[in-house]
Amino acid sequence: MGEQKKVLVLGIGNILWADEGFGVRALEHLQSHYEFPDYVTLLDGGTQGVYLVQDVRDADILIVFDAIDYGLEPGTMKIIENENVPKFMGAKKVSLHQTGFQEVLALADMMEDYPEQIILIGVQPEYIEDFGGSLRPVVKAQIEPAVEKALAFMDANAIEYSKRDTPFVPNDASEDAILTMDNYEQGRPSEELACRMGDDRILTSNEFNVTEPKLAKVGDNPLNVEVDHHLEKYR
Amino acid sequence: MSVTTTPNGYTLNTGGKRLVIDPVTRIEGHMRCEVNIDDNNVITNAVSTGTMWRGLEVILRGRDPRDAWAFVERICGVCTGCHALTSCRAVEDALDIKIPYNAFLIREMMAKTLQVHDHVVHFYHLHALDWVNPVNCLKADPKATSKLQQLTGPKHPNSSPGYFRDIQTRIRKFIESGQLGPFKNGHWDNPAYRLSPEADLMAVTHYLEALDLQKEFVKLHTVFGGKNPHPNYLVGGVPCAINMDDDMSAGAPLNTERLFFVKARIDEMKAFNDNVYVPDVLAIASFYKNQLWGGGLGGKSVMDYGAYPLVNYDKSTDQLPGGVILDDNWDNVMEIDPRDPTHVQEFVNHSWYKYPDESKGLHPWDGITDPNYDVSSAKGTRTNIEELDENAKYSWIKSPRWKGHAVEVGPLSRYVLAYAQGHEIVQDQIHKSVAAFNALAGTNLGAKPILQSTIGRTLARALESQYCSDMMVDDWHRLIANIKAGDTSTANMEKWDPSTWPKECKGVGTAAAPRGGLGHWIRIKDGKIENYQCVVPTTWNGSPRDPAGNIGAFEASLMGTPVERKDEPVEILRTLHSFDPCLACSTHVMSEEGEEIVSAKVR
Repeated sequence: MGEQKKVLVLGIGNILWADEGFGVRALEHLQSHYEFPDYVTLLDGGTQGVYLVQDVRDADILIVFDAIDYGLEPGTMKIIENENVPKFMGAKKVSLHQTGFQEVLALADMMEDYPEQIILIGVQPEYIEDFGGSLRPVVKAQIEPAVEKALAFMDANAIEYSKRDTPFVPNDASEDAILTMDNYEQGRPSEELACRMGDDRILTSNEFNVTEPKLAKVGDNPLNVEVDHHLEKYR
Repeated sequence: MSVTTTPNGYTLNTGGKRLVIDPVTRIEGHMRCEVNIDDNNVITNAVSTGTMWRGLEVILRGRDPRDAWAFVERICGVCTGCHALTSCRAVEDALDIKIPYNAFLIREMMAKTLQVHDHVVHFYHLHALDWVNPVNCLKADPKATSKLQQLTGPKHPNSSPGYFRDIQTRIRKFIESGQLGPFKNGHWDNPAYRLSPEADLMAVTHYLEALDLQKEFVKLHTVFGGKNPHPNYLVGGVPCAINMDDDMSAGAPLNTERLFFVKARIDEMKAFNDNVYVPDVLAIASFYKNQLWGGGLGGKSVMDYGAYPLVNYDKSTDQLPGGVILDDNWDNVMEIDPRDPTHVQEFVNHSWYKYPDESKGLHPWDGITDPNYDVSSAKGTRTNIEELDENAKYSWIKSPRWKGHAVEVGPLSRYVLAYAQGHEIVQDQIHKSVAAFNALAGTNLGAKPILQSTIGRTLARALESQYCSDMMVDDWHRLIANIKAGDTSTANMEKWDPSTWPKECKGVGTAAAPRGGLGHWIRIKDGKIENYQCVVPTTWNGSPRDPAGNIGAFEASLMGTPVERKDEPVEILRTLHSFDPCLACSTHVMSEEGEEIVSAKVR
């Protein structure tokens, strides 16, 4: 037996952008129903970009939940493993705030601290530009199957876990509790109170035509295989 | 085509070719820049535009002033903490709350750590690629690189030929695998890159070292503020208790072990600044000795509020003293008073906002944030603007002015103000840097030509990072001594309860943010925020023209710059990056569907 391998389970995405929050919500579900030994770290990576490099470098095995854009039917889950996980740099992302996850992987690689094993559990989003919105039903329905995939991967790799007797509920006083999916959905202000596409005073100015934003149409040529590609057009 | 002369002395010629860069990348936020370039490839007109709109002032209205720091801190995750600090200061000023000495020292260390972290990350990860050509480092001789390292930073332990050969092999492997990595977007064959392959290899190596170390620096924030980015702050003090004998079981995060952990991080910052960052900037600068352009208002018309007092609330003890210098007259340092309605005013006649009378500026206490987006006189369509009209409104950034004058803010401004006021440590740093530059470059230049340039901005940032790590060593020792003397207080909660507040009050907070002087102005009424205005560094630097026609610091810095290739904006990006622009703070979120992410177009 060699040294115990370190496992990082990472949920990435922006919960303020509807289906883009999938990775974080899947991680939340995993945390609330399962417990793990010390060598497994669960991390809500949010939109942290380059600051995640240190965590990725520390990991021997990396499990990632994320919304992906492979031009699939919305809600489709796709598993990508090891060398198939794209780690090239997004050609167009060049600021710290724009560091996509594949760039984090590239930096880890360049620093010769690349995880031995990676599994990316991704789901094709249906809708993103709904500020403050939650997951669409087809994407939400993939949370449990995605968690099952992660557990199956853990079984295959002798990573231990146990099911909690009762789901973990964050302390009400902490910010985590405010951000849990149920609280987040219930606390959403009405559309009149908080515009869901942008600032009303700008959108209603004569200089703008307000149109419903769209994701890439299913059936079009698949987009570049970039984990965070779907974010680019909104940046 | 038209030729005009601005009151601050620039001749703007709109003839020649128009180059549009939208967005300017490797910055925080969204920015567009248009320049006119004449037949000799020299920039004769510059137009800088913030393309995002920030609504934070609007969000804050009606909220509890004790919560404001948590909102404004999230303006940006890079200069994390400085908005929170400034907000706490503004609220404490309004409510006349004085914080305990320990809280003052802890806040000082958090602010200075931010400077070091932000400056290092900016230089190595956002700005270095304007000077350094990573592809060229494959040609370097690792032995010669090792010699260069020992010449420029002799105390840095990582200096063997084998070490550099190892890094070079990694970079080669990376590039040959078809991944240019973070180095993808460059114009690597542009003759504007001047470093030797050895200097390129040394800089790329330190790019990786800095990436590794920056995560250690910010651990200071996690000790004092619970986390990073966005460490916690508290109106009245800091949100951490001190118990030197404690094992943290009683919830006091600061004990002897943690404070020595903090000291170790400070020592790391100091070593990196002294042995790597400052020497690297000087070595790189010396290769660009013939490119000392990009100054503009830099080092000539400058402003800062002053920062890092030895005695809290006593501005006369500021270790980086503030003031205003105009038109290169370093003998006359004038005062800036953020409370005086005639000193700081924001104009909007070229910004996408509405004022009742746009010929006049408004002091931030009376500031108005009322959007008025209008591009009807721009060329192109509404969603694809080909060329903005700088005679109309053209930016989401307002135009702040000091008594009507355009000034530059930032580390260079702070350094020139300190130098001009006879600050011994700053003078010593600058004199040593000038000597090192001249020795490496084989020149015989004085401080002014080096400082009043793109290089000068970048150098001043490195020197400020170095000085901040030195000041932190003092702060740390003073904190330990004060705790030893029996004072463990970290917050003043006397006026926490809103029933103790006046019915109406107003306050201002200032800080030396990494990008320059930062001010927050607040009005409180019946326990709630009535008005809140942030005037951030990039608002000063990136401002559009004012009613008198003065151009701001970004625009001025590009004037007269020669470019090697009209369609490759290497020189323009280099100068704009030297300001470390943060458009996320100065404006906010506005981007049209279908916009190209990076484009440079010649028209």
